[in-house]
Amino acid sequence: MFGKLSLDAIPFHDPIVMSVAVVIAIGGAAVVAGVTYFRQWGYLWREWITSIDHKKIGIMYFLVAIVMLIRGFSDAIMMRSQQAIAAGGAEGYLPPHHYDQIFTAHGVIMIFFVAMPMVIGLMNLVVPLQIGARDVAFPFMNNLSFWLFAAGVILVNVSLVVGEFAMTGWLAYAPLSGIEYSPGVGVDYWIWALQISGIGTTLTGINFFVTILKMRTKGMTMFRMPIFTWTALCANVLIIASFPILTATIAMLTLDRYLGMHFFTNDMGGNMMMYVNLIWAWGHPEVYILILPAFGVFSEVIATFTKKRLFGYKTMVWATVGITVLSFIVWLHHFFTMGAGANVNAFFGITTMIIAIPTGVKIFNWLFTMYRGRIQFTSPVLWTIGFVITFTLGGMTGVMLAVPGANFVLHNSLFVIAHFHNVIIGGVVFGMLAGLTYWFPKAFGFKLDETWGKRSFWFWQIGFYFAFVPLYILSFDGAVRRMQSYEQTEWQPLMFVALFGAVLILFGILCLIMQLFVSVRDRHKNRDLTGDPWDGRTLEWAAHSPPAFYNFAHLPEVHSIDPFWEKKQQPGGYKRELSTHYEDIHMPRNTTEGPILSLFSLIFGFAMVWHIWWLVAVGIIGMFVTFMFRIFNDDTDYYVPAAEVERIEREYHEKLGMQA
Amino acid sequence: MATETLKQDDHHGEHEHHDTTGLKVFGFWIYLMSDLVIFGMLFATYAVLLRGTAGGPGPDDIVALPLIFVSTMLLLVSSFTFGVAMLAQQAGRKEKVLQWLAVTFALGLGFILLELYEFHHLISEGHGPGRSGFLSAFFTLVGTHGLHVTFGLIWIAIMFIQIRKRGLDDMTKPRMMCLSLFWHFLDIVWICVFSFVYLFGVMV
Repeated sequence: MFGKLSLDAIPFHDPIVMSVAVVIAIGGAAVVAGVTYFRQWGYLWREWITSIDHKKIGIMYFLVAIVMLIRGFSDAIMMRSQQAIAAGGAEGYLPPHHYDQIFTAHGVIMIFFVAMPMVIGLMNLVVPLQIGARDVAFPFMNNLSFWLFAAGVILVNVSLVVGEFAMTGWLAYAPLSGIEYSPGVGVDYWIWALQISGIGTTLTGINFFVTILKMRTKGMTMFRMPIFTWTALCANVLIIASFPILTATIAMLTLDRYLGMHFFTNDMGGNMMMYVNLIWAWGHPEVYILILPAFGVFSEVIATFTKKRLFGYKTMVWATVGITVLSFIVWLHHFFTMGAGANVNAFFGITTMIIAIPTGVKIFNWLFTMYRGRIQFTSPVLWTIGFVITFTLGGMTGVMLAVPGANFVLHNSLFVIAHFHNVIIGGVVFGMLAGLTYWFPKAFGFKLDETWGKRSFWFWQIGFYFAFVPLYILSFDGAVRRMQSYEQTEWQPLMFVALFGAVLILFGILCLIMQLFVSVRDRHKNRDLTGDPWDGRTLEWAAHSPPAFYNFAHLPEVHSIDPFWEKKQQPGGYKRELSTHYEDIHMPRNTTEGPILSLFSLIFGFAMVWHIWWLVAVGIIGMFVTFMFRIFNDDTDYYVPAAEVERIEREYHEKLGMQA
Repeated sequence: MATETLKQDDHHGEHEHHDTTGLKVFGFWIYLMSDLVIFGMLFATYAVLLRGTAGGPGPDDIVALPLIFVSTMLLLVSSFTFGVAMLAQQAGRKEKVLQWLAVTFALGLGFILLELYEFHHLISEGHGPGRSGFLSAFFTLVGTHGLHVTFGLIWIAIMFIQIRKRGLDDMTKPRMMCLSLFWHFLDIVWICVFSFVYLFGVMV
């Protein structure tokens, strides 16, 4: 009846898991009770869950990402404290099977459920505004993408309490992830969480690619697009070309595990290195999907706060495009030790090093933009400068790893760990937090508190060096990754330093939460209705804050790279005025099919994990029927009457007048 | 938020209006390209596992060319008949569209039945996908194409119902264009499967 699922699947004997479960249960119950008490279910359903508004979807992505950041960081600090005590025969407090689940969950969560939703969330919030569009090309699909992603998030979190998570490392290398060596449900949770959310990501990629290419406002040629939009475009090209590889690879692993096939098994003609090649053919572009939009954020931030046009706009674009292409021909540098031979390794080593050139171009562009600018040291700028320094260091250790000879020594050592945290924290996390601070007032109409933002930055920045420089040093002493315990007591002091760094980062995260809390509390003080709190340059600052659901009452026309800035420089400056004439606006309707279809995908995924075949059928039929409802529904859009547009615009201008 | 549903034929055609058909077809093109990546990976895996027979049958042992020739012809002709349906759509002849859709469906169904027969035959001879890495790759590559054709059949059935109910309008026409792309795309993929797996299989 319930497949492999029974009460034994819940780890009652594990105090850590059970206390977390209790906390989640209490927290969840409190949220449900609160929403019920304040009668907000209808509001949530109408305004958020079924919303196709790209701005709201972006906010929801970011919200989930911050929650998952806390989960992923809990895993991190558990690992750091385990390694700080488990030296010289000591076992620490985490047994190997638990420790292995933690490092797997940490990687999976941080990449798929923190970094990805932050990047996609920002894209959602910003790109349509920057290109002067009313929404994305396929609004229903956008809602569906978000909820498929949410289904993946829920599956990963369910694995915490019901059953187990994979013990294979975040990429679930075969044959370890095969049924022979991982007979439990952990890898199955990994498979279905990634497969379901990955399909959502592919849909997002297609959606934004079409949006950016086809829905730019009048006059916005490709080479007038803001840099963030350019980087988003390239990231979406990478998604479209690489996520299907992930889908195919996971599908083959699924067939190995469920139907006894032999793609990646040790015996019967399988080829495990095929798995490693395939997963990295996706995995390497994936890291550029994360970093390119972060580069875009820094470009916007630095131009805005130095009050200068970005230095080398065209070289920035071509560097981005160059990285996009190169990212597909470097995957083998993740496993030089495969033994592909000197020539193959040399090829991939050189292509990897070449990526440093366009990246260097970008670094110099940012520096030259700052040169002789009047830099305002706001927290987004601090994140940017912290990024330039930290990411450059991380890039250099990356070039070291790209030398195949050196790589044979450093492979699977803590050096690799330190390197990729160096670029992901210093690049993606700093970029996303800069973007959060920068565009928050656009989304909500009030600024984030600067004091707590700066505190957060300094804790993150200093904490990063304390946490990861020791790992670089330890790696030269032979410390490898994924150690549950180790014999060498001489490593212990540096492990403690690393733990101290993790604690500093914890304070960074607490400051971030504090920043959100304080800003919401003081929202009236930090109110910005002008829509342009930073004296911005691109179109999103021409919209209201928060923008009306149709974004622009009249779609703007563009004549240059920084259209809004140039408008403000005209004699007499720029004034927000009511126009005399409004027109009806064509808008999509909310969707109930998106969340419901995703709910069935969640049921399907859970049932597949536990081999509950009748429930699998329920999931599939449910998805199909819901999709049919969508297909036979022809009431998916409507016109907002001109009078309604005028009313909304008038109301906004009255508020604006009151504030002035 | 005031909402007022308006029919397609009102006076809103004048101002800024997205070319929604263009968006959909372009988006569908992009989807097809991403789907092509999946097939590319399966082809690559097939090539790598070609020699992973584990003492079992190799490509030349399992290919029955006459059968595959028939199913290939079914699929190629079905692409042609879908083309005729699209011509009828452009001429605005609903009944003709329905007729040719039905013919296309029948041909596609024939293809799938033959494939099922082939799979059943192989499995009953002990040459199932669990026998070796090579057979896993073979079944998955051919089967993924078959699964796509099956989805295409379901889609054809849905379009048949919708066109009968609504006629050829702004909702059904773009969908037919996407379906037509999908169907021809599967044809092209099949030509690769046919050459790479079956013809090449007999040669080596």
